[in-house]
Amino acid sequence: MRRRKGIFNNIDWWLVMLYLVLVVMGLISIYSAVYNVDHPSIFDRTQRYGNQFFWILTAFLIAFSIIMIDVKFFASFSYLIYGASILLLIGVLIFGKEIAGSKSWIDFWGFTLQPSEFAKVATNLALASYLSGLNINLKKPKIIFRAAGLLFIPFILVLLQNDTGSAIVYSAFILVLYREGFSGNFLVIGAIIAVLFVFTLMAGKILVLSVLSILTFIIFLMIQKAKRNLFLLFGLFFIVSAFIYSVDYAFENVLQEHQKTRIEILLGKKTDFQGAGYNAHQSMIAIGSGGFSGKGFLQGTQTKYKFVPAQSTDFIFCTVGEEWGFLGSSMVIILFLVLLGRLVFVAERQRSAFSRIYGYGVASILFFHFAINIGMTVGLAPVIGIPLPFFSYGGSSLWAFTILLFIFIKMDSYRLELL
Amino acid sequence: MKANFSKRKYVILSIFLILGFIYIARLFYAQVYQDKYILSAQNNVVRKELIYSSRGLIFDRKGKVLVANDAVYDLMIIPNQLQMTDTLRFCNLLGITKDEFKAYYQKAINYSPYKASLFYGQLPKDEYAYLQEMLYEFPGFFVQKRTLRRYPYSVAALNLGDVGEVNRRDLLNDNYYELGDYIGKSGLEKHYEKELRGKKGVEYVMVDVFNRKKGSYKEGRFDTLATQGQNLFSGLDLELQAYGEKLMQNKIGSIVVIEPSSGEILSLVSSPNFDPAMLVGRKRGENFNKLVGDSLKPLYNRALMATYSPGSAFKMINALVALQENAITIHSKFSCQGPESSPIRCTHYHDTPLTVEYGIQVSCNPFFWETFKHILNNPKYKNVHEAYESWYTIVKSFGLGEKINTDLMYESSGNIPTAAYYDKVYRGRWNALTVRSLAIGQGEILVTPVQLANMAVIMANRGYYYPPHLVRAIGSPDNLIKSARIKKHVLVDPENFKTVIDGMEKVTKLGGTAILAALDTIPVCGKTGTVQNPHGKDHSVFIAFAPKDNPKIAIAVVVENAGDYGGTWAAPISSLMMEKYFYGEIKRKAQEKHMFEANLIPR
Repeated sequence: MRRRKGIFNNIDWWLVMLYLVLVVMGLISIYSAVYNVDHPSIFDRTQRYGNQFFWILTAFLIAFSIIMIDVKFFASFSYLIYGASILLLIGVLIFGKEIAGSKSWIDFWGFTLQPSEFAKVATNLALASYLSGLNINLKKPKIIFRAAGLLFIPFILVLLQNDTGSAIVYSAFILVLYREGFSGNFLVIGAIIAVLFVFTLMAGKILVLSVLSILTFIIFLMIQKAKRNLFLLFGLFFIVSAFIYSVDYAFENVLQEHQKTRIEILLGKKTDFQGAGYNAHQSMIAIGSGGFSGKGFLQGTQTKYKFVPAQSTDFIFCTVGEEWGFLGSSMVIILFLVLLGRLVFVAERQRSAFSRIYGYGVASILFFHFAINIGMTVGLAPVIGIPLPFFSYGGSSLWAFTILLFIFIKMDSYRLELL
Repeated sequence: MKANFSKRKYVILSIFLILGFIYIARLFYAQVYQDKYILSAQNNVVRKELIYSSRGLIFDRKGKVLVANDAVYDLMIIPNQLQMTDTLRFCNLLGITKDEFKAYYQKAINYSPYKASLFYGQLPKDEYAYLQEMLYEFPGFFVQKRTLRRYPYSVAALNLGDVGEVNRRDLLNDNYYELGDYIGKSGLEKHYEKELRGKKGVEYVMVDVFNRKKGSYKEGRFDTLATQGQNLFSGLDLELQAYGEKLMQNKIGSIVVIEPSSGEILSLVSSPNFDPAMLVGRKRGENFNKLVGDSLKPLYNRALMATYSPGSAFKMINALVALQENAITIHSKFSCQGPESSPIRCTHYHDTPLTVEYGIQVSCNPFFWETFKHILNNPKYKNVHEAYESWYTIVKSFGLGEKINTDLMYESSGNIPTAAYYDKVYRGRWNALTVRSLAIGQGEILVTPVQLANMAVIMANRGYYYPPHLVRAIGSPDNLIKSARIKKHVLVDPENFKTVIDGMEKVTKLGGTAILAALDTIPVCGKTGTVQNPHGKDHSVFIAFAPKDNPKIAIAVVVENAGDYGGTWAAPISSLMMEKYFYGEIKRKAQEKHMFEANLIPR
């Protein structure tokens, strides 16, 4: 009796409630997006909402099972789980089936699963396990390379499935590394690289290079210290110039045509509302037409009449925007921010480094999905097909996010113990 | 001891917050600040569908339908909904080749793969009925009902006019029209376009991205019904019109018949003419080009547009002016030296000297030269110039030298030369002798056949007319057009007409120039004209009205380049028209046959 009370007593009900609210809002949105007058029942498994409802129920079962599992299981078997998921990713490359150009799905007795969704959980466990070890100092290159290696293996395997979106999710772990002592300079350098990348593509390398040269010259004249470190200054200048050239080269020669077009459209260099820009444009129309308070439940015309593509999966946020307006869509954003904030708060209160690192991993992955998914629907990020956590239609992603979150909730309920 | 990096949580939380704030700001901009997305969303889902109104009908004066409507069906296509299983069968159903199918399909897909566009236009009802049975087998096609003009009697093509698709200029001029709409292109169809067209209805429907209908927009709150166009009740007499067209076959010229008491045109024939049905349906373009290319210009409405010297028919007007101005009296006599007369010789044989009544009967040129000289040398006026101005004013009051401006399209104004014109041509030095051609209706005077008929109307009415018009009422037969009912008086007193009309009556009697124009029981007043022209043989002209008292009809006939006197061709044609009008059938079969068979087209 006392033991059972113990299991549920220390559960963070904030996280559970936020999870439930988001999942239910997601189901309502999917229902509205693909509403079929002839099959209005939420239990109808011929409809997507019927499927999603079923997946939500099974996700609850999975969540409950995770709570019942011994908490030590995750720490002890983290590498094993990681290894298994790597094998699964390799298996997908061999036995998987291709849907919409990506070879990411595998058939298990009629169930079609997307192992890349679950690999994020496994990688998070493995990274937490590694970083929580003794004598781990993220200033040492050897440690950095090993941590990066853990991320790099699933990254490459998912990339080979031709699922670029799911692959670059692994870059989210840079936040975890940063929290654990990885130099903040890398974060800044990352930001500078991003800015240079965007400017180079928007303004052209000649202009960016000229501005850079002038900037270098000004620094040289104005800052006394710079004159003493001439070697460093010009070294930096050449590195940055080389980067600008390589960005230009990579953009022209490495990226696939559709990726190039998507980026060009995002940067406003191209307008093509019928072709590649169609998705982003129609998505903006759907959200924008919602107005302040939205058109109301089932009243959205843009998503329901299929002007918005993938309206139940990647572009589910359009339905929120169209039917619930500014009030509803900013509410969803605030809910995600509260969830992320709560995750950070809960992570920080862990006594065990393993739990804390895992918690930051959960926050980072969710943040990355949130940032890219909503960013692309509102035209601030390129169209990269990754789902909105708990909202988007799809069993694999719902289950994976549920497992990801509830493992952390389980860990947190034992926060006073050193795992 | 490991370093404590827990302060870094603030950096991470800040990143979360900043991005969340950016997204909320972006949403505010798109959803609250901007409203272009709301409009774009509307354009996406709301489709405007037109419901075409059917054009008003056109009736003749006895209630017979001259212009009716036929339902036709446009086969429309939405390319991306197309599921062709058996293209060949479909082509056979429609009677087109596979290549044509490909071409039409390509045209539609070039317009839009999602939106409906015309695939094959104007299927007649029977073909549609046949096709409709099978159309369900070919998703992506649907039919849209339109109406096309039908002509039960195939007459009066030029008067009725034609209907065609709007062109760019029509679209610019009137924003009522949209691409693909029909508009009156000529004749009554053009003049009464606003009355005939009615009002299109619109229906707003919701569509999905594949342009499939999903229901009406806001429960049809903004939908409107189509209103049918108003009917036109013309003054044309179908039988008389058809008979006139038959008489004029193989001749170039016109017949205009007017009811003097109302100005309603009973028939308006221009020859050669064509079947109005030629300009309807799928062959319209082809036939139009054929008509445009025809050397006899069937599209040229001679009754309204061609101008001729009136010739001797104008002598009555000179007589009336002279009497009105007291330049001569009904008893004034002038002598004629026959072919030796100077400056204008006489082409007829008659007694001499003559009075005005006899002068008209025998159409004596020297008599009217004398008359004209008396008009211009009238002591009432200081000089020839002033006398001419007075002559000009009176002549103009007969509706000559200007357009009638009713519902007659593209009419010419004709010409009555002004004094200023002669001042210019003869540098101010001219007199009666200089402009003597005017005495016998030659020279610069130009009139249209409808103006000639109106001259006959004025004679019939002894001094007034209603402007000739084709349509008497709009909407219902009693709703008469008021603007056409304004009486116009000429500047000649009614009593001066008596002696002129007596002369006209004798024209159709023994000793007159047009005995062939007589009817056995009804006194006919007429006047021949033989018009010299630079294009070839003389034109044959005749104007007349009947009966002499309480006239019922007035007529003008012009046969171009007939080569004989007005009495030979124009008068008998006019007489047959009158016989048709008064008796309904023709007793003079031989004369009728002679006219039907005569081919007077110059070769």
